[in-house]
Amino acid sequence: MIEGLVDLLVVFVLAMFIGFEVITKVPPTLHTPLMSGSNAISGVTILGAMVVAGRSDTRIATILGMVAVVFAMINVVGGFLVTDRMLHMFKAKPGEQK
Amino acid sequence: MEAILKLIYLAAAVCFIFGLKRLSHPRTAVSGNQLAAVGMLVAIIATAFDRQILSWQWMIIGIVIGSGIGAVLALKVKMTAMPEMVALLNGFGGAASALVASAEYIRYMTLGQSPPADVAVTIQLSVLIGTVTFSGSLIAFGKLREIVTGTAVTYPLQKTLNAILFLGTVGLIVWLAVEFPLPYILLALAGVGLLLGVLSVIPIGGADMPVIIALLNSYSGLAASMTGFVINNHGLIISGALVGASGLILTAIMCKAMNRSLANVLFGAFGAGAETGTSVIVAGQAIEQPIRQITADDAAMLMAFGKQVVVVPGYGLAVAQAQHEVRELAELLEKKGVTVKYAIHPVAGRMPGHMNVLLAEANVPYDELFDMDVINPEFEHTDVSLVIGANDVVNPAARSNPESPLYGMPILDVDKSRACIVLKRSMRPGFAGVDNELFYATATSMLFGDAKDSIKKLIQEVKEL
Repeated sequence: MIEGLVDLLVVFVLAMFIGFEVITKVPPTLHTPLMSGSNAISGVTILGAMVVAGRSDTRIATILGMVAVVFAMINVVGGFLVTDRMLHMFKAKPGEQK
Repeated sequence: MEAILKLIYLAAAVCFIFGLKRLSHPRTAVSGNQLAAVGMLVAIIATAFDRQILSWQWMIIGIVIGSGIGAVLALKVKMTAMPEMVALLNGFGGAASALVASAEYIRYMTLGQSPPADVAVTIQLSVLIGTVTFSGSLIAFGKLREIVTGTAVTYPLQKTLNAILFLGTVGLIVWLAVEFPLPYILLALAGVGLLLGVLSVIPIGGADMPVIIALLNSYSGLAASMTGFVINNHGLIISGALVGASGLILTAIMCKAMNRSLANVLFGAFGAGAETGTSVIVAGQAIEQPIRQITADDAAMLMAFGKQVVVVPGYGLAVAQAQHEVRELAELLEKKGVTVKYAIHPVAGRMPGHMNVLLAEANVPYDELFDMDVINPEFEHTDVSLVIGANDVVNPAARSNPESPLYGMPILDVDKSRACIVLKRSMRPGFAGVDNELFYATATSMLFGDAKDSIKKLIQEVKEL
Protein backbone atom coordinates (compact mmCIF):
# COMPACT_ATOMS: atom_id res chain seq x y z
CA MET A 1 0.00 0.00 0.00
CA ILE A 2 2.68 2.45 1.11
CA GLU A 3 4.76 1.45 -1.90
CA GLY A 4 2.00 2.63 -4.24
CA LEU A 5 1.88 5.96 -2.45
CA VAL A 6 5.62 6.38 -2.76
CA ASP A 7 5.46 5.72 -6.51
CA LEU A 8 2.82 8.40 -6.90
CA LEU A 9 4.87 10.79 -4.75
CA VAL A 10 7.86 10.28 -7.04
CA VAL A 11 5.75 11.23 -10.03
CA PHE A 12 4.34 14.25 -8.19
CA VAL A 13 7.69 15.63 -7.05
CA LEU A 14 9.36 15.15 -10.43
CA ALA A 15 6.42 16.82 -12.17
CA MET A 16 6.72 19.78 -9.79
CA PHE A 17 10.36 20.16 -10.81
CA ILE A 18 9.47 20.02 -14.49
CA GLY A 19 6.83 22.65 -13.77
CA PHE A 20 9.35 24.93 -12.07
CA GLU A 21 11.84 24.54 -14.92
CA VAL A 22 9.32 25.18 -17.68
CA ILE A 23 7.35 27.99 -16.06
CA THR A 24 10.39 30.01 -14.96
CA LYS A 25 11.05 30.66 -18.64
CA VAL A 26 7.66 32.24 -19.28
CA PRO A 27 8.13 36.02 -19.65
CA PRO A 28 6.06 38.40 -17.46
CA THR A 29 4.22 39.59 -20.58
CA LEU A 30 2.53 36.20 -20.81
CA HIS A 31 1.77 35.71 -17.13
CA THR A 32 -1.97 36.21 -17.52
CA PRO A 33 -2.34 33.72 -20.39
CA LEU A 34 -0.09 31.38 -18.40
CA MET A 35 -2.54 31.52 -15.50
CA SER A 36 -5.63 30.97 -17.62
CA GLY A 37 -3.90 28.26 -19.65
CA SER A 38 -2.61 26.41 -16.61
CA ASN A 39 -6.09 26.82 -15.19
CA ALA A 40 -7.45 24.87 -18.11
CA ILE A 41 -4.84 22.19 -17.43
CA SER A 42 -5.93 21.94 -13.80
CA GLY A 43 -9.34 21.05 -15.24
CA VAL A 44 -7.71 17.65 -15.84
CA THR A 45 -9.85 16.56 -12.87
CA ILE A 46 -12.43 16.03 -15.62
CA LEU A 47 -10.88 12.62 -16.19
CA GLY A 48 -11.73 11.55 -12.67
CA ALA A 49 -15.09 13.30 -12.74
CA MET A 50 -16.14 11.45 -15.92
CA VAL A 51 -15.42 8.08 -14.36
CA VAL A 52 -17.36 8.97 -11.20
CA ALA A 53 -20.32 10.27 -13.22
CA GLY A 54 -20.42 7.21 -15.46
CA ARG A 55 -19.71 4.47 -12.95
CA SER A 56 -23.35 4.25 -11.74
CA ASP A 57 -22.34 3.54 -8.11
CA THR A 58 -25.08 5.26 -6.19
CA ARG A 59 -27.31 8.12 -7.11
CA ILE A 60 -25.48 10.57 -4.85
CA ALA A 61 -22.08 9.65 -6.29
CA THR A 62 -23.42 10.06 -9.82
CA ILE A 63 -24.82 13.49 -8.98
CA LEU A 64 -21.55 14.60 -7.40
CA GLY A 65 -19.74 13.26 -10.45
CA MET A 66 -21.95 15.13 -12.87
CA VAL A 67 -21.57 18.42 -11.00
CA ALA A 68 -17.82 17.82 -10.99
CA VAL A 69 -17.91 17.22 -14.75
CA VAL A 70 -19.73 20.53 -15.24
CA PHE A 71 -17.24 22.46 -13.11
CA ALA A 72 -14.19 20.81 -14.65
CA MET A 73 -15.48 21.27 -18.17
CA ILE A 74 -16.11 25.00 -17.60
CA ASN A 75 -12.51 25.11 -16.46
CA VAL A 76 -11.16 23.22 -19.47
CA VAL A 77 -13.20 24.85 -22.24
CA GLY A 78 -13.27 28.31 -20.68
CA GLY A 79 -9.58 28.22 -19.86
CA PHE A 80 -8.26 27.08 -23.23
CA LEU A 81 -10.62 29.31 -25.23
CA VAL A 82 -9.95 32.49 -23.30
CA THR A 83 -6.21 31.83 -23.42
CA ASP A 84 -6.41 31.37 -27.17
CA ARG A 85 -8.37 34.62 -27.47
CA MET A 86 -5.81 36.47 -25.40
CA LEU A 87 -2.75 35.05 -27.10
CA HIS A 88 -4.04 36.07 -30.52
CA MET A 89 -3.83 39.67 -29.32
CA PHE A 90 -0.12 39.60 -28.64
CA LYS A 91 1.62 40.96 -31.69
CA ALA A 92 5.14 42.09 -32.41
CA LYS A 93 5.93 45.37 -34.14
CA PRO A 94 4.83 45.00 -37.79
CA GLY A 95 8.38 45.36 -39.13
CA GLU A 96 9.87 42.79 -36.80
CA GLN A 97 7.57 39.87 -37.46
CA LYS A 98 9.32 36.90 -38.87
CA MET B 1 -6.73 -1.51 -22.06
CA GLU B 2 -5.67 -0.16 -18.68
CA ALA B 3 -2.13 0.23 -19.96
CA ILE B 4 -3.23 1.97 -23.14
CA LEU B 5 -5.25 4.46 -21.10
CA LYS B 6 -2.22 5.15 -18.93
CA LEU B 7 -0.07 5.72 -22.00
CA ILE B 8 -2.62 8.14 -23.39
CA TYR B 9 -2.58 10.07 -20.11
CA LEU B 10 1.19 10.17 -20.31
CA ALA B 11 0.94 11.54 -23.83
CA ALA B 12 -1.51 14.20 -22.64
CA ALA B 13 0.89 15.20 -19.86
CA VAL B 14 3.68 15.51 -22.42
CA CYS B 15 1.40 17.75 -24.49
CA PHE B 16 0.83 19.95 -21.45
CA ILE B 17 4.54 20.23 -20.74
CA PHE B 18 5.38 21.11 -24.33
CA GLY B 19 2.43 23.47 -24.43
CA LEU B 20 3.67 25.32 -21.35
CA LYS B 21 7.17 25.35 -22.78
CA ARG B 22 5.90 27.09 -25.91
CA LEU B 23 4.38 29.78 -23.70
CA SER B 24 7.90 31.13 -23.27
CA HIS B 25 7.50 33.34 -26.33
CA PRO B 26 4.45 35.21 -27.67
CA ARG B 27 5.19 33.87 -31.15
CA THR B 28 4.92 30.22 -30.16
CA ALA B 29 2.37 30.66 -27.37
CA VAL B 30 -0.77 30.26 -29.48
CA SER B 31 0.33 26.86 -30.76
CA GLY B 32 1.45 25.88 -27.27
CA ASN B 33 -1.99 26.50 -25.85
CA GLN B 34 -3.56 24.58 -28.72
CA LEU B 35 -1.22 21.67 -28.15
CA ALA B 36 -2.27 21.52 -24.50
CA ALA B 37 -5.92 21.65 -25.55
CA VAL B 38 -5.41 18.76 -27.97
CA GLY B 39 -3.75 16.78 -25.19
CA MET B 40 -6.77 17.37 -22.99
CA LEU B 41 -9.21 16.43 -25.74
CA VAL B 42 -7.42 13.14 -26.41
CA ALA B 43 -7.36 12.32 -22.70
CA ILE B 44 -11.09 13.08 -22.37
CA ILE B 45 -12.02 10.91 -25.36
CA ALA B 46 -9.87 8.06 -24.08
CA THR B 47 -11.48 8.28 -20.64
CA ALA B 48 -14.93 8.00 -22.19
CA PHE B 49 -13.94 4.45 -23.17
CA ASP B 50 -12.71 3.57 -19.67
CA ARG B 51 -14.17 0.19 -18.71
CA GLN B 52 -15.39 1.52 -15.37
CA ILE B 53 -17.89 3.75 -17.16
CA LEU B 54 -21.23 1.98 -17.44
CA SER B 55 -23.56 4.77 -18.40
CA TRP B 56 -22.63 7.77 -20.52
CA GLN B 57 -25.79 9.74 -19.98
CA TRP B 58 -24.86 11.93 -16.96
CA MET B 59 -21.30 12.33 -18.08
CA ILE B 60 -22.36 13.64 -21.47
CA ILE B 61 -24.98 15.98 -20.01
CA GLY B 62 -22.30 17.37 -17.70
CA ILE B 63 -19.82 17.80 -20.54
CA VAL B 64 -22.35 19.62 -22.70
CA ILE B 65 -23.46 21.98 -19.92
CA GLY B 66 -19.91 22.67 -18.76
CA SER B 67 -18.57 23.25 -22.27
CA GLY B 68 -21.45 25.59 -23.04
CA ILE B 69 -20.94 27.71 -19.94
CA GLY B 70 -17.16 27.70 -20.42
CA ALA B 71 -17.38 28.76 -24.05
CA VAL B 72 -19.82 31.59 -23.33
CA LEU B 73 -17.66 32.85 -20.46
CA ALA B 74 -14.50 32.70 -22.54
CA LEU B 75 -15.93 34.47 -25.56
CA LYS B 76 -17.89 37.15 -23.69
CA VAL B 77 -15.44 38.19 -20.99
CA LYS B 78 -13.84 41.60 -21.39
CA MET B 79 -10.06 41.77 -21.20
CA THR B 80 -10.35 44.17 -18.26
CA ALA B 81 -12.27 41.44 -16.42
CA MET B 82 -9.60 38.75 -16.86
CA PRO B 83 -8.68 38.65 -13.16
CA GLU B 84 -12.31 37.82 -12.29
CA MET B 85 -12.44 35.16 -14.99
CA VAL B 86 -9.27 33.48 -13.76
CA ALA B 87 -10.48 33.65 -10.15
CA LEU B 88 -13.73 31.96 -11.13
CA LEU B 89 -11.98 29.23 -13.14
CA ASN B 90 -9.62 28.54 -10.21
CA GLY B 91 -12.64 28.08 -7.99
CA PHE B 92 -14.39 25.69 -10.36
CA GLY B 93 -11.27 23.57 -10.68
CA GLY B 94 -11.02 23.31 -6.91
CA ALA B 95 -14.70 22.44 -6.57
CA ALA B 96 -14.46 19.69 -9.19
CA SER B 97 -11.53 18.07 -7.39
CA ALA B 98 -13.29 18.18 -4.01
CA LEU B 99 -16.41 16.62 -5.54
CA VAL B 100 -14.50 13.76 -7.18
CA ALA B 101 -12.70 12.98 -3.93
CA SER B 102 -16.00 13.03 -2.01
CA ALA B 103 -17.55 10.66 -4.53
CA GLU B 104 -14.63 8.28 -4.01
CA TYR B 105 -15.31 8.33 -0.29
CA ILE B 106 -18.94 7.45 -0.95
CA ARG B 107 -17.80 4.63 -3.22
CA TYR B 108 -15.76 3.09 -0.44
CA MET B 109 -18.84 3.40 1.78
CA THR B 110 -21.09 1.56 -0.69
CA LEU B 111 -18.43 -1.11 -1.13
CA GLY B 112 -18.45 -1.39 2.66
CA GLN B 113 -14.67 -1.33 2.96
CA SER B 114 -12.52 1.34 4.49
CA PRO B 115 -9.99 3.02 2.20
CA PRO B 116 -6.31 2.42 2.96
CA ALA B 117 -4.86 5.12 5.19
CA ASP B 118 -2.97 6.89 2.41
CA VAL B 119 -6.06 7.08 0.21
CA ALA B 120 -8.11 8.34 3.17
CA VAL B 121 -5.65 11.13 3.82
CA THR B 122 -5.46 12.18 0.16
CA ILE B 123 -9.27 12.18 -0.09
CA GLN B 124 -9.35 14.59 2.82
CA LEU B 125 -6.58 16.79 1.47
CA SER B 126 -8.33 16.89 -1.86
CA VAL B 127 -11.62 17.90 -0.24
CA LEU B 128 -9.89 20.46 1.97
CA ILE B 129 -7.76 22.14 -0.70
CA GLY B 130 -10.61 21.98 -3.19
CA THR B 131 -13.12 23.66 -0.92
CA VAL B 132 -10.63 26.31 0.25
CA THR B 133 -9.88 27.07 -3.41
CA PHE B 134 -13.57 27.23 -4.27
CA SER B 135 -14.77 29.62 -1.58
CA GLY B 136 -11.54 31.63 -1.60
CA SER B 137 -11.84 32.14 -5.35
CA LEU B 138 -15.46 33.19 -5.06
CA ILE B 139 -14.51 35.82 -2.48
CA ALA B 140 -11.64 36.97 -4.69
CA PHE B 141 -14.09 37.17 -7.59
CA GLY B 142 -16.47 39.19 -5.41
CA LYS B 143 -13.70 41.55 -4.40
CA LEU B 144 -12.60 42.10 -7.97
CA ARG B 145 -16.21 42.66 -9.04
CA GLU B 146 -16.62 44.94 -6.01
CA ILE B 147 -19.54 42.87 -4.74
CA VAL B 148 -17.42 42.25 -1.67
CA THR B 149 -15.48 45.17 -0.21
CA GLY B 150 -12.06 45.53 -1.79
CA THR B 151 -10.45 46.74 1.40
CA ALA B 152 -8.81 44.40 3.84
CA VAL B 153 -11.40 43.26 6.36
CA THR B 154 -10.10 42.77 9.87
CA TYR B 155 -11.96 41.81 13.01
CA PRO B 156 -11.03 41.11 16.60
CA LEU B 157 -9.49 37.73 17.41
CA GLN B 158 -8.88 37.09 13.70
CA LYS B 159 -5.65 35.23 14.32
CA THR B 160 -7.11 33.26 17.24
CA LEU B 161 -10.07 32.16 15.15
CA ASN B 162 -7.80 31.11 12.29
CA ALA B 163 -5.60 29.15 14.69
CA ILE B 164 -8.62 27.37 16.17
CA LEU B 165 -9.89 26.52 12.70
CA PHE B 166 -6.51 25.21 11.71
CA LEU B 167 -6.29 22.95 14.75
CA GLY B 168 -9.86 21.84 14.14
CA THR B 169 -8.97 20.89 10.57
CA VAL B 170 -6.02 18.81 11.71
CA GLY B 171 -8.27 17.12 14.25
CA LEU B 172 -10.89 16.26 11.63
CA ILE B 173 -8.26 14.86 9.28
CA VAL B 174 -6.82 12.59 11.97
CA TRP B 175 -10.29 11.43 12.98
CA LEU B 176 -11.24 10.66 9.39
CA ALA B 177 -8.01 8.77 8.83
CA VAL B 178 -8.56 6.55 11.84
CA GLU B 179 -12.26 5.78 11.64
CA PHE B 180 -14.52 4.79 8.76
CA PRO B 181 -17.16 5.59 7.63
CA LEU B 182 -17.78 9.11 8.89
CA PRO B 183 -19.63 10.83 6.05
CA TYR B 184 -20.85 13.72 8.19
CA ILE B 185 -17.37 14.39 9.46
CA LEU B 186 -16.16 14.57 5.85
CA LEU B 187 -18.98 17.01 5.21
CA ALA B 188 -17.82 19.00 8.23
CA LEU B 189 -14.31 19.03 6.80
CA ALA B 190 -15.71 20.45 3.57
CA GLY B 191 -17.58 23.08 5.60
CA VAL B 192 -14.42 24.05 7.46
CA GLY B 193 -12.59 24.23 4.13
CA LEU B 194 -15.20 26.60 2.73
CA LEU B 195 -14.99 28.74 5.85
CA LEU B 196 -11.18 28.78 5.73
CA GLY B 197 -11.28 29.90 2.10
CA VAL B 198 -13.57 32.81 2.93
CA LEU B 199 -11.66 33.84 6.05
CA SER B 200 -8.26 33.71 4.37
CA VAL B 201 -9.22 35.88 1.39
CA ILE B 202 -11.51 38.39 3.17
CA PRO B 203 -8.55 40.14 4.87
CA ILE B 204 -6.71 40.63 1.56
CA GLY B 205 -6.81 44.12 0.07
CA GLY B 206 -7.36 44.87 -3.61
CA ALA B 207 -3.76 45.52 -4.62
CA ASP B 208 -2.62 42.24 -3.07
CA MET B 209 -4.97 40.38 -5.40
CA PRO B 210 -2.20 39.35 -7.83
CA VAL B 211 -0.64 37.26 -5.05
CA ILE B 212 -3.91 35.67 -4.02
CA ILE B 213 -4.99 34.83 -7.55
CA ALA B 214 -1.63 33.22 -8.22
CA LEU B 215 -1.85 31.29 -4.94
CA LEU B 216 -5.39 30.07 -5.66
CA ASN B 217 -4.17 29.05 -9.10
CA SER B 218 -1.56 26.91 -7.40
CA TYR B 219 -4.15 25.44 -5.00
CA SER B 220 -6.45 24.42 -7.86
CA GLY B 221 -3.54 22.50 -9.37
CA LEU B 222 -2.62 20.88 -6.07
CA ALA B 223 -6.25 19.86 -5.53
CA ALA B 224 -6.24 18.14 -8.93
CA SER B 225 -2.98 16.43 -8.03
CA MET B 226 -4.40 15.17 -4.72
CA THR B 227 -7.40 13.78 -6.58
CA GLY B 228 -4.90 11.99 -8.80
CA PHE B 229 -3.48 10.32 -5.67
CA VAL B 230 -7.01 9.28 -4.66
CA ILE B 231 -7.94 7.65 -7.95
CA ASN B 232 -4.40 6.52 -8.72
CA ASN B 233 -4.15 8.50 -11.95
CA HIS B 234 -0.72 9.72 -13.06
CA GLY B 235 -2.25 12.13 -15.57
CA LEU B 236 -3.94 14.10 -12.84
CA ILE B 237 -0.90 14.04 -10.59
CA ILE B 238 1.46 15.33 -13.27
CA SER B 239 -0.88 17.99 -14.65
CA GLY B 240 -1.91 19.16 -11.21
CA ALA B 241 1.72 19.40 -10.14
CA LEU B 242 2.56 21.50 -13.23
CA VAL B 243 -0.19 23.96 -12.36
CA GLY B 244 0.74 23.90 -8.70
CA ALA B 245 4.34 24.76 -9.60
CA SER B 246 3.22 27.48 -11.99
CA GLY B 247 1.03 29.14 -9.37
CA LEU B 248 3.77 28.94 -6.76
CA ILE B 249 6.30 30.59 -9.07
CA LEU B 250 3.92 33.41 -9.89
CA THR B 251 3.13 33.84 -6.20
CA ALA B 252 6.83 34.11 -5.42
CA ILE B 253 7.40 36.61 -8.24
CA MET B 254 4.52 38.79 -7.03
CA CYS B 255 5.70 38.71 -3.42
CA LYS B 256 9.21 39.63 -4.48
CA ALA B 257 7.87 42.53 -6.54
CA MET B 258 6.27 43.90 -3.41
CA ASN B 259 9.20 43.06 -1.16
CA ARG B 260 6.91 41.21 1.19
CA SER B 261 6.75 37.67 2.43
CA LEU B 262 3.80 35.47 1.59
CA ALA B 263 2.95 35.37 5.30
CA ASN B 264 2.85 39.14 5.37
CA VAL B 265 0.49 39.25 2.39
CA LEU B 266 -1.78 36.58 3.86
CA PHE B 267 -1.91 37.83 7.42
CA GLY B 268 -0.66 41.42 7.23
CA ALA B 269 -4.06 42.94 6.30
CA PHE B 270 -2.17 45.49 4.23
CA GLY B 271 -4.20 48.58 3.43
CA ALA B 272 -6.69 48.03 6.24
CA GLY B 273 -6.22 51.65 7.25
CA ALA B 274 -4.49 50.54 10.43
CA GLU B 275 -1.13 51.91 9.38
CA THR B 276 1.49 52.88 11.92
CA GLY B 277 1.49 56.34 13.40
CA THR B 278 4.62 57.37 11.54
CA SER B 279 3.15 56.93 8.10
CA VAL B 280 0.14 59.00 9.09
CA ILE B 281 2.47 61.78 10.15
CA VAL B 282 4.34 61.46 6.87
CA ALA B 283 1.05 61.80 5.06
CA GLY B 284 0.12 64.79 7.20
CA GLN B 285 3.31 66.61 6.33
CA ALA B 286 3.01 65.89 2.68
CA ILE B 287 -0.45 67.36 2.34
CA GLU B 288 0.97 70.76 3.29
CA GLN B 289 3.03 70.81 0.12
CA PRO B 290 1.68 72.39 -3.05
CA ILE B 291 0.98 70.34 -6.15
CA ARG B 292 1.23 71.49 -9.74
CA GLN B 293 -1.63 70.97 -12.10
CA ILE B 294 -1.13 70.90 -15.83
CA THR B 295 -3.58 71.55 -18.64
CA ALA B 296 -4.01 69.05 -21.45
CA ASP B 297 -2.47 71.32 -24.07
CA ASP B 298 0.66 71.94 -21.99
CA ALA B 299 0.97 68.24 -21.32
CA ALA B 300 0.55 67.46 -25.01
CA MET B 301 3.25 69.97 -25.90
CA LEU B 302 5.63 68.57 -23.31
CA MET B 303 5.26 65.07 -24.72
CA ALA B 304 5.19 65.90 -28.41
CA PHE B 305 8.42 67.88 -28.25
CA GLY B 306 10.29 65.31 -26.19
CA LYS B 307 12.48 62.51 -27.50
CA GLN B 308 11.20 59.74 -25.33
CA VAL B 309 7.96 59.22 -23.45
CA VAL B 310 7.45 56.31 -21.09
CA VAL B 311 3.88 55.29 -20.29
CA VAL B 312 3.39 53.76 -16.84
CA PRO B 313 -0.01 52.04 -16.64
CA GLY B 314 -1.67 50.93 -13.41
CA TYR B 315 -4.97 49.57 -12.23
CA GLY B 316 -6.59 52.95 -12.99
CA LEU B 317 -6.05 52.24 -16.69
CA ALA B 318 -8.06 49.03 -16.40
CA VAL B 319 -10.82 50.72 -14.42
CA ALA B 320 -11.14 53.51 -16.99
CA GLN B 321 -10.75 50.98 -19.85
CA ALA B 322 -8.51 53.53 -21.53
CA GLN B 323 -6.09 51.10 -23.21
CA HIS B 324 -7.25 51.90 -26.77
CA GLU B 325 -6.91 55.64 -26.16
CA VAL B 326 -3.42 55.14 -24.77
CA ARG B 327 -2.36 53.32 -27.94
CA GLU B 328 -3.86 56.06 -30.11
CA LEU B 329 -1.98 58.73 -28.17
CA ALA B 330 1.24 56.73 -28.44
CA GLU B 331 0.83 56.36 -32.20
CA LEU B 332 0.28 60.09 -32.64
CA LEU B 333 3.39 60.83 -30.61
CA GLU B 334 5.42 58.29 -32.60
CA LYS B 335 4.36 60.01 -35.80
CA LYS B 336 5.87 63.17 -34.38
CA GLY B 337 9.16 61.36 -33.88
CA VAL B 338 8.82 60.61 -30.19
CA THR B 339 9.90 57.20 -28.94
CA VAL B 340 7.14 55.72 -26.80
CA LYS B 341 7.78 52.87 -24.39
CA TYR B 342 5.64 51.19 -21.77
CA ALA B 343 6.96 50.38 -18.31
CA ILE B 344 5.24 47.44 -16.65
CA HIS B 345 5.58 46.85 -12.92
CA PRO B 346 5.07 43.18 -11.99
CA VAL B 347 2.21 43.96 -9.61
CA ALA B 348 0.53 46.68 -11.67
CA GLY B 349 -3.16 45.77 -11.94
CA ARG B 350 -4.97 42.95 -10.24
CA MET B 351 -3.22 39.85 -11.57
CA PRO B 352 0.17 38.90 -12.98
CA GLY B 353 0.49 40.27 -16.52
CA HIS B 354 -2.80 42.19 -16.33
CA MET B 355 -1.40 45.34 -18.01
CA ASN B 356 0.26 43.34 -20.79
CA VAL B 357 -3.01 41.74 -21.76
CA LEU B 358 -4.86 45.06 -21.77
CA LEU B 359 -2.27 46.72 -23.96
CA ALA B 360 -2.11 43.69 -26.24
CA GLU B 361 -5.86 43.98 -26.67
CA ALA B 362 -5.35 47.58 -27.79
CA ASN B 363 -2.82 46.34 -30.37
CA VAL B 364 0.25 47.63 -28.62
CA PRO B 365 3.15 45.47 -29.89
CA TYR B 366 4.54 43.42 -27.02
CA ASP B 367 8.09 44.51 -27.81
CA GLU B 368 7.20 48.06 -26.73
CA LEU B 369 6.42 46.77 -23.24
CA PHE B 370 9.35 46.72 -20.86
CA ASP B 371 9.77 45.03 -17.50
CA MET B 372 10.86 47.00 -14.51
CA ASP B 373 14.52 45.94 -14.53
CA VAL B 374 14.94 46.82 -18.19
CA ILE B 375 13.18 50.16 -18.18
CA ASN B 376 14.45 51.60 -14.89
CA PRO B 377 17.88 52.70 -16.19
CA GLU B 378 16.07 54.44 -19.06
CA PHE B 379 14.13 56.94 -16.99
CA GLU B 380 17.17 59.21 -16.75
CA HIS B 381 17.02 59.71 -20.51
CA THR B 382 13.25 60.06 -20.58
CA ASP B 383 11.64 63.41 -21.21
CA VAL B 384 8.19 62.62 -19.95
CA SER B 385 6.86 59.76 -17.84
CA LEU B 386 3.12 59.49 -18.25
CA VAL B 387 1.71 57.75 -15.17
CA ILE B 388 -1.82 56.49 -15.78
CA GLY B 389 -3.68 55.31 -12.71
CA ALA B 390 -0.61 53.86 -11.01
CA ASN B 391 0.36 54.95 -7.54
CA ASP B 392 2.21 52.74 -5.09
CA VAL B 393 4.43 51.24 -7.79
CA VAL B 394 5.90 54.70 -8.53
CA ASN B 395 6.15 55.97 -4.95
CA PRO B 396 9.76 57.09 -4.33
CA ALA B 397 9.21 56.59 -0.60
CA ALA B 398 9.77 52.89 -1.30
CA ARG B 399 13.41 53.81 -2.00
CA SER B 400 14.03 56.70 0.36
CA ASN B 401 11.79 56.52 3.40
CA PRO B 402 12.47 53.64 5.81
CA GLU B 403 9.36 54.68 7.78
CA SER B 404 7.06 54.02 4.84
CA PRO B 405 5.12 50.75 4.71
CA LEU B 406 6.20 50.54 1.09
CA TYR B 407 9.91 50.81 1.95
CA GLY B 408 12.01 48.26 0.10
CA MET B 409 9.48 47.51 -2.61
CA PRO B 410 11.11 47.80 -6.03
CA ILE B 411 9.48 50.64 -7.96
CA LEU B 412 9.57 52.24 -11.38
CA ASP B 413 11.92 55.23 -11.10
CA VAL B 414 9.67 57.72 -12.87
CA ASP B 415 10.90 60.47 -10.57
CA LYS B 416 14.25 60.31 -12.36
CA SER B 417 12.76 61.34 -15.68
CA ARG B 418 12.89 65.02 -16.68
CA ALA B 419 9.18 65.51 -16.27
CA CYS B 420 6.40 63.38 -14.95
CA ILE B 421 2.72 63.77 -15.75
CA VAL B 422 0.34 61.91 -13.48
CA LEU B 423 -3.17 61.13 -14.67
CA LYS B 424 -5.33 60.59 -11.63
CA ARG B 425 -8.91 61.00 -10.52
CA SER B 426 -8.14 62.84 -7.30
CA MET B 427 -5.46 63.16 -4.64
CA ARG B 428 -6.78 60.07 -2.87
CA PRO B 429 -3.80 58.01 -1.69
CA GLY B 430 -3.13 54.65 -3.30
CA PHE B 431 -4.12 51.26 -2.02
CA ALA B 432 -1.49 51.14 0.69
CA GLY B 433 -3.02 54.29 2.17
CA VAL B 434 0.34 56.00 1.84
CA ASP B 435 0.68 59.48 0.42
CA ASN B 436 2.88 59.64 -2.65
CA GLU B 437 5.66 62.22 -2.54
CA LEU B 438 6.06 61.87 -6.29
CA PHE B 439 2.96 64.03 -6.69
CA TYR B 440 4.63 66.92 -4.86
CA ALA B 441 7.98 66.73 -6.65
CA THR B 442 8.97 69.75 -8.69
CA ALA B 443 9.20 67.77 -11.91
CA THR B 444 5.72 66.32 -11.49
CA SER B 445 2.47 67.80 -12.70
CA MET B 446 -0.98 66.41 -12.19
CA LEU B 447 -3.76 66.06 -14.73
CA PHE B 448 -6.94 65.28 -12.79
CA GLY B 449 -9.95 63.48 -14.21
CA ASP B 450 -11.05 60.13 -15.58
CA ALA B 451 -8.09 58.56 -17.37
CA LYS B 452 -10.05 57.94 -20.54
CA ASP B 453 -11.31 61.54 -20.76
CA SER B 454 -7.88 62.95 -19.96
CA ILE B 455 -6.19 60.87 -22.65
CA LYS B 456 -8.87 61.81 -25.17
CA LYS B 457 -8.10 65.46 -24.43
CA LEU B 458 -4.38 64.77 -24.83
CA ILE B 459 -5.04 63.10 -28.19
CA GLN B 460 -7.03 66.14 -29.31
CA GLU B 461 -4.28 68.52 -28.25
CA VAL B 462 -1.49 66.51 -29.86
CA LYS B 463 -3.48 66.43 -33.11
CA GLU B 464 -3.81 70.20 -33.04
CA LEU B 465 -0.11 70.84 -32.52
